[in-house]
Amino acid sequence: MERRATIALATIAVVVLAAAGCGKKKSEKSAESDKSAEMGKTTEGGNTAEAGKTEESGKSGGVDLEVTHWWTSGGEAAAVAEFAKAFDATGNHWVDGAIAGSGDVARPVMISRITGGKPMGATQFNHGKQAEELVQAGLMRDLTDLATKEHWKNIIKPSSLLDSCTLDGKIYCVPVNIHSQQWLWLSNKAFQDAGVPVPTNWDEFVKAAPALEKAGKVPLAQGQQSWQTTLTFQVLLVAIAGPEAYNKVFGEKDKAFAAGPEMAKVFAAADMARKLSAKSTAQEWNQATSMVIKGEAGGQIMGDWARGEFQVAGQVAGKDYTCLPGLGVHEVIQTGGDAFYFPKLQDEAKSKAQETLASVMLSKETQVAFNLKKGSLPVRGDVDLNAADDCMKKGLAILAKGAVIQAPDQLMSPDSNTQINDLFSEFFKTPKMTPAQAQKRFADLVAKAK
Amino acid sequence: MTDRPHRRPRILRNLNAKVASVPMILTALVIFVGGTAWTIVYSFTSSKLLPRLTLVGLQQYDRLWETPRWKVAIENLAIYGVLSLVFQFVIGFLLAALLDRKIRFENTFRTIFLYPFALSFIVTGLIWQWILNPSFGVQAIVRSLGWESFTFNPLYNPDIVIYGVLIAGLWQGTGLVMCIMLAGLRGIDEDIWKAARVDGIPMWKTYVFIVIPMLRPVFVTTVVLIASGIVRVYDLVVAQTSGGPGISSEVPAKYVYDYMFLAQNLGQGFAASTMMLIPVIIVVVPWAYFQFGRKRRG
Repeated sequence: MERRATIALATIAVVVLAAAGCGKKKSEKSAESDKSAEMGKTTEGGNTAEAGKTEESGKSGGVDLEVTHWWTSGGEAAAVAEFAKAFDATGNHWVDGAIAGSGDVARPVMISRITGGKPMGATQFNHGKQAEELVQAGLMRDLTDLATKEHWKNIIKPSSLLDSCTLDGKIYCVPVNIHSQQWLWLSNKAFQDAGVPVPTNWDEFVKAAPALEKAGKVPLAQGQQSWQTTLTFQVLLVAIAGPEAYNKVFGEKDKAFAAGPEMAKVFAAADMARKLSAKSTAQEWNQATSMVIKGEAGGQIMGDWARGEFQVAGQVAGKDYTCLPGLGVHEVIQTGGDAFYFPKLQDEAKSKAQETLASVMLSKETQVAFNLKKGSLPVRGDVDLNAADDCMKKGLAILAKGAVIQAPDQLMSPDSNTQINDLFSEFFKTPKMTPAQAQKRFADLVAKAK
Repeated sequence: MTDRPHRRPRILRNLNAKVASVPMILTALVIFVGGTAWTIVYSFTSSKLLPRLTLVGLQQYDRLWETPRWKVAIENLAIYGVLSLVFQFVIGFLLAALLDRKIRFENTFRTIFLYPFALSFIVTGLIWQWILNPSFGVQAIVRSLGWESFTFNPLYNPDIVIYGVLIAGLWQGTGLVMCIMLAGLRGIDEDIWKAARVDGIPMWKTYVFIVIPMLRPVFVTTVVLIASGIVRVYDLVVAQTSGGPGISSEVPAKYVYDYMFLAQNLGQGFAASTMMLIPVIIVVVPWAYFQFGRKRRG
């Protein structure tokens, strides 16, 4: 009896350990399929995992190229499968190296692989300063020749995207999408249940909050990871103080302005967001989005990648959910996004495959297929986007107007961004920290930022 | 002895043993001491993503001690460290003493107590994250039993989150302490117990005045083991709270990792890890040396 119990316990322990091993493993398909299984979106994850397996066995002819990225939520996995499909169609094989968690988890793994001498075939970064030192150290491949041949300068719009990939006149990465953070996603159902009309801007949203609370809903869903709280703050900054203020703070690092009365309003709004999201217990951004999808929360301030989640859940923009770019106040979008970098490799065939992958990623068909699933905007202006939905059209219109700002990653070093992230994750979970205290510390960080 | 003329110089005596220990000595010198020295040197530089030897003096340390997150981390480490040392020690000893009373099903109990130790900190953290989750953990269960106002969600309350981490740490680590203590108790001669009984000394007095002093070396080993585990606590926090809510459950090791790899500021990470080394050097090393060294001389 006792022995049997022991064996049973041991079995449970082994299973738990194995499961945890999967969860923790920072690479390859197990993480991918694990994550998507958890999300309950077996189709997309299944595809990618499947694709990974066939490539591992290795067909003759093409080259296996490992691509690392941190796209693991349902919508993201569906989008990345489009890249894999397009690349496999060239006769090469996309070996999926999804790293579960967020970019904050994935980037250290990627960087240590590159600096440690075991580079992958290609890797995702947010373009800007994240990979700057890797480029300076000569670890990344120069793509200038390919870029000139394919006229990237003419096709990539807005041109600031390519500028972020450029260092000393040479091009080192392929921008694949434009992501903007400045969105408020609203659940039409939640507002219906609360008996108030769906707001059209931030002020109306704040006014509607008591009604939402009365109906037992969390007014503002907010994930707890530090980048998410910072995102909320940055979006409020652009929406309330306007894009010039954003440029002054993040671009020019103007300390006096950061400590001034204009910014005090932004901190007051952040204080309000903190109160509205006090009951939100979600950790990951997509958990918070799913609160909005289910109508448990009124809204979420999140980048346009949230649109992918609504799409996977089968919701329709304008009918089931509403999106307000720039919180309905200042309609501006950020032109940050994801880019792929190609580490220098010794293997000739693989280097060749890197070029193929780079042109595949920029091709018209892939751009459309990928960005429709991802929720982001394509990096070229000459593609056909009839399939775009309500929210995507809003984004494209703003982009066409040229109302764009640069992403914090393009303006500040990861070090400064981490410090600011720390500050806001503390602010959002420390009710006794006043907006004035937070503003003072923020101004100090801005003054020291690089 | 007649072989005095042939006597080899001191360095060549026990040659086999010395040769055999060379790899370990080299490992210790190159990897531990060398790596540590390298880290300390580079903590005085402004290295970003890649190590660069551009000295900036104490700048990294100044910044470190101005950072609220680092102070929170140190405070958490102090709370976690003191409490987990005390509780692991006391609970571990009590469990061992109880098991030593020749109870029935001793093996079963021992297995149960030791099992958590077979799990990694990551698993422990995840398990306790679920147990303490208010929507389906302890709180939800008690509420479903009818006690509607019951609130127990330490991981979502910034003021007490570190105690939530502490519970998980104790659950995982106490079993090992119990095992070491039990081994120590088993090493106590049966005759001592018999003699104490003949003299009519009450059991608790036997423990406090005779057995515990005899277990001193075991205690030292245990303290060193627990203490080294405390300073490097990282994975438990990552799995359970990832430093949240906000920054209220940050620990120094996590600060080091985040600044080295996430913020791409090696200098800052090295400065923080050098600070982590100091308590180890100041407290653990001389004390362990004193404890173990004295006996050999005696």
